[in-house]
Order: sequence, then structure tokens, then C-alpha cells
Amino acid sequence: MVLSCTDVRKTFGANVVLDGLTLDVGEHEVVALIGASGSGKSTLLRCVNLLAEIDDGVIRLDGADITDPRVDPDSVRQKIGLVFQSYNLFPHMTVLDNITLAPVRVHKRSAAAAREQAMEWLNRVGLADKSGSYPDKLSGGQQQRVAIVRALVNSPRLLLLDEVTSALDPELVGEVLTMIRDLKGEGMTMVLATHEMGFARQVADRVAFLDKGRVLEQGPPEQVLGDPVEARTRQFLARIIEAGRL
Amino acid sequence: MSPTPPYRLSDVQQDRISFRRRKAVRSVLLAALSTAIVGTLLGVLVTGAPGWDRVRQSFFDPRIAREWLPEILEGLWLNVRMLVFCAIAALALGLLIAVLRTLRGPVFFPVRALATLYTYSFRGLPLIIVIYLMAFGVPGLRLQGTPSVTVLGGAAIVITYGAYLAEVFRAGIESVHPSQIAAARSLGLTYRQSMRFVVLPQAVRRVAPPLLNDTVALQKDVGLISLAGPIDAIRAAQIGVAQTANFTPYVVAGVLFVLLALPLIGITDWVTLRAARRQNAGT
Ligand SMILES: Nc1ncnc2c1ncn2[C@@H]1O[C@H](COP(=O)(O)OP(=O)(O)OP(=O)(O)O)[C@@H](O)[C@H]1O
Ligand SMILES: [Mg+2]
Repeated sequence: MVLSCTDVRKTFGANVVLDGLTLDVGEHEVVALIGASGSGKSTLLRCVNLLAEIDDGVIRLDGADITDPRVDPDSVRQKIGLVFQSYNLFPHMTVLDNITLAPVRVHKRSAAAAREQAMEWLNRVGLADKSGSYPDKLSGGQQQRVAIVRALVNSPRLLLLDEVTSALDPELVGEVLTMIRDLKGEGMTMVLATHEMGFARQVADRVAFLDKGRVLEQGPPEQVLGDPVEARTRQFLARIIEAGRL
Repeated sequence: MSPTPPYRLSDVQQDRISFRRRKAVRSVLLAALSTAIVGTLLGVLVTGAPGWDRVRQSFFDPRIAREWLPEILEGLWLNVRMLVFCAIAALALGLLIAVLRTLRGPVFFPVRALATLYTYSFRGLPLIIVIYLMAFGVPGLRLQGTPSVTVLGGAAIVITYGAYLAEVFRAGIESVHPSQIAAARSLGLTYRQSMRFVVLPQAVRRVAPPLLNDTVALQKDVGLISLAGPIDAIRAAQIGVAQTANFTPYVVAGVLFVLLALPLIGITDWVTLRAARRQNAGT
């Protein structure tokens, strides 16, 4: 297992967001997290990346407990990429500097090598001509692709994607989806939180439905999205269909 | 790439352009006319006022101005050197204090507490008291290796302004959205690296206008070290006033201070304007 969460609990005051959540992700597997707004998808991803501290349970990366307080969180984060819903690019840096910051400062690569690798990626995603631009001069879809590249150049073991398409206009979603499908083809292990059931169906090997702080139901996309066992899952999907997002 | 054929503006657009040009010419003419009227009125009012001759004699005597200019300029050189040193030192101190105040964790509690106490007390303490305490009080201790009064006075300015600048820096640091730190940490950057490469560059850019404003204020207050004795521009002017029984040397020193401040004020305005434009450009 690349990632294994066992009985994870996370509370904000009296609000129990994750309540004994258990989820495993195998090598080269793509897992989509679905669930109502506020069900804890983002919180789970932040906990896995140690940006938030869990209140109980264990999270393991390649079998090693990363929630042990004796573990250095910086070294864990170096192995996990996280892409945010709102891109969070650094506005005072060019696209190229955004991408090469971690390779140069964290992974101690030479500036030339980091730049070359960054340009290769930008070429692949069709943004080579934007390498010198500042983020505010880019469209949402372009910013999101840069944010994904920024996480990828660190060669993470695991890539976490938090609603990477929800801030985008429909016509911009395609570029980001294509990129994620390509990554899947290369065997990248990913966990993605999403509201787009179509997206989940296309890229996920497994869909996990979060409800009341747990994974209520999980399985292949056709089963969970097409023929769910749990009544709560059916309700959730019915609401989604009403909203026209399936 | 093939050269694109020259674009021909439509008649409507050409009409707009010529209208805007006519309007611009008319605005310039109007501005010139109203300036001339206001200027003449002011001139007549000031020179026609009773006592203007006496004012001119005791404040604007060209002979005395010429006589004392070299000495005042020499004093000003001290102000300039103090200004450069004090501004750099106060900015560095302010930044350091602001960063210390962001440190989390129990180990840093005393550091945080001291930094907070410092910014609270020195923002309330009048600069003159700090200068007197440093320049007259410290030499009174007769410690070995006590620096000169000039250095002590400079230190007083640095300590006082450091407290103000620390608060400006802190406001800048706090204005950087937490998601920026989350993004930096998620890439594996340490807390220090996140501060240095992500938070501080954005914070400093945002508070550049108020920082520069405080630097302009510091530039003026550097003249207060004359209270401690060193012969700066103000002290030189004071000597001139005492010897000639005429206030022209003060006016000369004042004009020189304004001239000295002009570039920095200009830069401040420009940076502020640019920052405002940036803000508007961003979403
Ligand atoms: N920093 C925080 N402080 C307090 N409560 C928080 C914090 N972050 C999240 N929460 C709460 O945790 C719950 C889960 O939030 P989370 O963002 O994980 O949901 P989500 O499933 O990602 O929702 P969405 O689909 O809208 O993005 C919410 O009730 C939210 O109010
Ligand atoms: Mg979320």
C-alpha cells in the first residue's frame, strides 16, 4: 500500500469531521473521494499531507507511520504532492520560478537542471511560452496546470488533488482532465477529491463515498456511481443528478 | 510570421481621437490660465502684506544665506550619513523583530514576549526622551568603550523607528494568505524557507509604501540628534542664527532638508501608485 489511513479522527472543536475513517490506496491506483460539501474531503487530504494534525488513528506512507510526532513532516511532504482547489501559485514569482523553487531549495538540484526539467513539463502541457509570465496573467486552467506541474517536478510517491477543476469554467476543465488522465497512464498514484462524477468515472479505479466522517461505500466507479448499495449514497447521487453534475 | 498589413482606423475612431486631442489642449490652456491668476493673487497678497519687508529681512536674507550655506551643507553631510545608516539599521531591526513575533512554539515564548514588549514600549516613548537617555545618560555611566554621542543618538533613532517598522512588517506578514504558507509547506519547504521565499517577499512588496513613508519621517527626525550636540545641519544653522541674530540659516537648513527628502518622497509616491495599480489589476 502506498497510502493507508486507519481509524483517522479529526475534530475542529465540537465538529467531528473525520470519525474513524479507513482508506487504503495501492500502487498506481487512482482513488476519487466524493461526498457532500463539508464531508471532510479537503480535511482528509490536508491530514495526509500533515498540514493538519489528526486527533487519533494512523496514516502510513509506504508502510511507515507518518503521523508519529517523531517523524519530520518536511521530509514526508517532500514525498507527497498536493494541488489545491485555488491553485495557490506564488504571485510574486514567474511560472518557471514557481516550479523550480522546491527542486532547487528542497531537493538541492542545480538551477539549470531544475529549469530544464520544468521546461520539459511545461512543453508537455503546452505552456512553454508562459514560463516567464506571472500567475495573474494566466487563465484559471493554465494556472491549475502549472500548480500540478509544480507538485510533479518533486517526483512525489503520491499526488493529492483537491477539486482541481471546480474553480474552472467548463471549457477549461478539459485541459486539466487530459493532464490527469496522462498521469494515470504513467502510473502515478493519486487521490482526488471531486464534485464531478464524470471526472471520477473517467479517471478513478475506485470511488470512495465519504459520509459522516467515514468511507461509507467504495468500489469501482460503475458500481458506486451506477448501482450504489447504501441508501445515503443513492440520496447523494440523486441530488447530484438533480444539480446536473453527473 | 508574415507582416500584418497596417490597420486603418475607422472614421468613428479617428473622430474620437481628434475630439480627445482638442479636449486635452483646452484642459492645458485652462490650467495655465488659472495657475497664473492664483499665482498673481498670492504674490500680491504676500508682498503687499504689512510687515513683509521685516519678514524678508529676518527670514530670507540672501547675504546671510550665502555666508552660512557651506557650514550648513557640511552639517547636512552628517545627516545624510546618519540617515543612510539609521534607515538600513532600523529596517533590518524591524524585519527581525517582526519575524521573531511570528515564531510559534513554547521554546520561543520569551523571544516573542520580549519582541512584543519592545514594540509596545518604543512606539509609545517619545524619540527625544530616547535620545536624551542614550546620548546623555549612557556616557554618564562612564563605561569603557562608550561610543560617541553621534553613534548613541543614531542608536536611539534606530531603536525607536525599529519598533514602528516592525509593526509595519508584521502587518505585511499577516496580510499574506495562509494558503500561501500551506502551498509552500506542501512542497516540502521548511518554515524558514517558506518565510524567506514565499511570505516575506510578498509581505515587503505590500507594505513598501508605508515603509517608505516611515523612512521619510526618519529622515526628518535624524535632525533631532542636534539636541545631543553633534554639528549637523540644524546645529550649524542654530549657530548661524545665534551669531547673526537672523533666522535665514534655519530657512536654508529647512530648504535643504526638503530637497534631501524629495527623491525619497517621489519614490514613495511612485511605489504607492504602482502598488495600487497592481491591486486593481489582480482579481
Ligand atoms: N481550519 C478549520 N477550522 C475549523 N473548521 C474547519 C476547518 N477546516 C475545515 N473545517 C470544517 O471541517 C468540515 C469539513 O470541511 P472540508 O473542507 O474538509 O469539506 P469538503 O468535503 O472538502 O467540502 P467541499 O466539498 O465543500 O470542499 C467543515 O464542516 C468545515 O467547516
Ligand atoms: Mg474541499
